[in-house]
Amino acid sequence: MNWEALATTVKLASTTSLILMIIGLPLSYWVAFSKWRWKFLVEAIVALPLVLPPTVLGFYLLLAMGPQSPLGRWYESLVGHGLSFTFEGLVVASVLYSLPFAVQPTAAAFGSVDRKLIEASWMLGVSNFETFFRVIVPQSWAGVITGLVLSFAHTLGEFGVVLMVGGNIPGVTRTLSIDIYDRVQGLDYSGASRTSVVLLIASFVILSIVYGFNRKVWFFGADRRHRQAV
Amino acid sequence: MLIADIDKQYDGGPHIQASLRIPHGASTTILFGPSGAGKTTVLRCIAGLEKLTAGRILFDGHEWTSIPPQKRPIGYLFQEYALFPHLRVRENIGYGVRRKPDVVERIAAKLKVYELLDRRPSELSGGQQQRVALARVLAREPRLLLLDEPLSALDAGTRDHVRSELAHLLRGLGIPAIVVTHDWVDALTLGDQMVVMNAGRVLQTGPPQEVFTRPQHREVAAAAGVETVVAGRVKRRQAGLAILEVGSAQLAAADPGGEDPDFYVCIRGEDVTVEKGRAEQSSARNHLPGIIVDAVAAGILTKVILDVGFELVALVTRQAVADLELKKGAEVFAVFKASAVHLIRRGS
Repeated sequence: MNWEALATTVKLASTTSLILMIIGLPLSYWVAFSKWRWKFLVEAIVALPLVLPPTVLGFYLLLAMGPQSPLGRWYESLVGHGLSFTFEGLVVASVLYSLPFAVQPTAAAFGSVDRKLIEASWMLGVSNFETFFRVIVPQSWAGVITGLVLSFAHTLGEFGVVLMVGGNIPGVTRTLSIDIYDRVQGLDYSGASRTSVVLLIASFVILSIVYGFNRKVWFFGADRRHRQAV
Repeated sequence: MLIADIDKQYDGGPHIQASLRIPHGASTTILFGPSGAGKTTVLRCIAGLEKLTAGRILFDGHEWTSIPPQKRPIGYLFQEYALFPHLRVRENIGYGVRRKPDVVERIAAKLKVYELLDRRPSELSGGQQQRVALARVLAREPRLLLLDEPLSALDAGTRDHVRSELAHLLRGLGIPAIVVTHDWVDALTLGDQMVVMNAGRVLQTGPPQEVFTRPQHREVAAAAGVETVVAGRVKRRQAGLAILEVGSAQLAAADPGGEDPDFYVCIRGEDVTVEKGRAEQSSARNHLPGIIVDAVAAGILTKVILDVGFELVALVTRQAVADLELKKGAEVFAVFKASAVHLIRRGS
């Protein structure tokens, strides 16, 4: 078991899901409630990583982060080194790669909040911003947590993008999935199998949590009422 | 004073136009009409939940037309009450008045929900939910109340009780209220003023009793479904019957109980038959002599307006009109059962 790779992976997944939570909440709100006519284009862009080969995404990110691109140059002038083949670069790539896993369940949950509850909040003098945190998010916990956990799990298992953008630097960008790849290349099948089991069990446990959450059994009255209605 | 000139055109949908003038003080205006008439849209426009296509809304000289709902001192009671399921009753009532626990307790006591403060909305009955929702709305001390079908979510048993409670509450608040309903009992019990809508237009405006007895459109009459509404006073009660004085006539009705002697007497035209000469054997309790004031065709029936000491409307078949020679000025008897008389308590 490569503990260093495990630590890198967990650090990457936690950072990514935390950032996705912060940018995912407002983005999901916008996706759920905006009436902009071109909204579908934004939705398509958010969903793109679901169908795009990770190598394609990784390739474009590599170009975007490189010293020839404005973004790469800007970042280098800011912190003194480039984005590609660094942990930060990996975080940027993972955030984009896991974006749909954070946004889609959250936006779906926001969109299914009873409109009357939101309007009732407005009619009690409470602003849109405050209504978001006092009504919409509490009514969407299952979706928010699903988004958080899925983006964590998805980052845990990412391979193609990591390889393209992060390379394979031990302690910095070598994650568990790349470690497995390395070991198989080096014919260390027992090492690869130990790591694989860890990833398999972790993924299964995480998905069980997600599906368990979405049974909504231990949730508040709204869901109880909903189940009666169904 | 609320001035609302509402013009709302939905994209490829209905077009709603209504003008309302609502005076200061404790007056309740009923927005009445069948579903799809545009009543709720009018309410939502006043609240700011819908944008006007054209028109304007003024409240006490303040321009409300394009300010957000949060800025309007309105108490809005939603049809299914819209209590926040994730919050206890205490937090629901205090939702718009945070950091004022004394307000919550005072208003909860006033609306008799003090014992429920630590419950979740899902643990409340329909009537309790309504009182909690009213408490939540009143905690902010609104200057205008909007109630969207406040009684429709309740079962028939609790509705009568909650309706009279609501009537009492509205009278005591001292602020104007607009109540959306399609129930004529609600309209007569709660309303001081009534606006009848159908298909996105206002058909008639006036005191509820007048609107019901003198509908200016066929739609209003159909929507009301009750042709005679007159004020009456209980003179005596006997054997489950109340004998009422109505105009210069007396009639019997099923005794609704209670102490209050003042009622609206409501009789459907279909329940009244017209006879010539006194009927010999009949289970009907009321045989009132009178004179035909007018007889006009109303669809397949004829609407016969009688003066029996008050104005009474009977709907009879054309066959009966021909057989009995029911013409203007004819002397007849109006016959209807005591159980066909619907009594609605009249607030003082």
